[in-house]
Amino acid sequence: MIVLIDYDAGNTCSVMNALDRLQADYRLSSDPKEIRSAQKVIFPGVGHAGAAMTSLKEKGLVDVIKGLTQPVLGICVGMQLMAERSEEGDTACLGIIPGIVSRFDPSQDYNVPHMGWNTTQTKTKDSLFDSIDDDAYFYYVHSYYLPDNKYCIATSDYDVTFAAAIRKDNFWGIQFHAEKSSKQGAQIIENFLK
Amino acid sequence: MLTKRIVPCLDIKNGRTVKGVNFVNLRDAGDPVVLAKKYADVGADELVLLDISATQEERDTIYDLVKRVGEQVDIPFTVGGGIASVDKVAHILRNGADKVSVNSAVVYKPELALEISKEFGSQCLVVAIDARQVDGHWLVHTHGGSKPTELDLFDWAEQMQEMGAGEILFTSMDHDGTKTGFACEALAEMSERLSIPIIASGGAGTKDHFVDVFTKGKADAGLAASVFHFDEIPVPELKSYLLSQNIEIRI
Repeated sequence: MIVLIDYDAGNTCSVMNALDRLQADYRLSSDPKEIRSAQKVIFPGVGHAGAAMTSLKEKGLVDVIKGLTQPVLGICVGMQLMAERSEEGDTACLGIIPGIVSRFDPSQDYNVPHMGWNTTQTKTKDSLFDSIDDDAYFYYVHSYYLPDNKYCIATSDYDVTFAAAIRKDNFWGIQFHAEKSSKQGAQIIENFLK
Repeated sequence: MLTKRIVPCLDIKNGRTVKGVNFVNLRDAGDPVVLAKKYADVGADELVLLDISATQEERDTIYDLVKRVGEQVDIPFTVGGGIASVDKVAHILRNGADKVSVNSAVVYKPELALEISKEFGSQCLVVAIDARQVDGHWLVHTHGGSKPTELDLFDWAEQMQEMGAGEILFTSMDHDGTKTGFACEALAEMSERLSIPIIASGGAGTKDHFVDVFTKGKADAGLAASVFHFDEIPVPELKSYLLSQNIEIRI
């Protein structure tokens, strides 16, 4: 059973729709027992990192997520929360991977939020990107980013090169919204579920 | 590279698309779900669903529609029209929309923008602005462009950015429906003054109008309705053309 973590994240409904389109067998849950016993876990997220961490704490899920040993996929803020800290509300995050989530610096050529379809370059071969074209387009909406680091398996370029996808052991994270990224996005989710 | 976005807009009344839609091979072009899916499949980057229903009763049909579009469509979509409360925003987002657009309601109650962005995040708040030039000044209009206000377009857009708008959808009433091109000068000025993305609307008639809106108008996204609905400019053909003109576009 796949479990989608239920902590009032903004894109939960979109992720459920994407899973339904793939005819995946999943359950939406905030029950620690159910999450721990899942075969795979999807950790969605949209909105404010601080609010998201508060919600995880209220539901008693911080240590649950940190302790998971099965494959976990964090999406957008779900990925950012895997880092040590976020500058958004100066929030202490889960610390699963090293790094600090920073804010994009708006300028004449670079609006913030970084919003729309951007190309993504894979750095290391990873099963998450099986059958994905190089320079594939994914849909992004975010004002904060995790800088490129050694756990980065794919990057994307805005005014800086940032982490588009990360992996450390059983934890994967994607900054883009695979659930809203057309066929290539569906392929990413399918690869994770495989 | 981040691409420019092509955004078809569907006008919805009582759960059905209005304005004639003339697509071949579409079983039911009046069904917004069928049309939305068709646009997603041919490469539209985003969709806007604008509810132009007149009565509250008709407007309540939008929730079921949003749900069905969300189930079928795998690209982002925005829902607008008659949104005047945080509750309605919550309901629309919970049914599967990615963003909401607000227009007249925030003119009369600007704090609504702040409330929505605080509650759901800036990424889901599009502030739609209808404006036309009055004695050389771009003035904001409400109620589908019929009621003039004293608000300066650029000041208003800036204020909305400060109050948490994630994007501005600017429709030039002077250009809307004319098919003579977008309001590129005003768009470029807005782009200079804002740091959030701008969706340009009103005036699309040719593929070159889209080239202009992205180069001269510096817009991040180009929105149109009839040129897409009547297949005058098929989305894939437009996107190939833009690419050939060295504009970053997703194919």
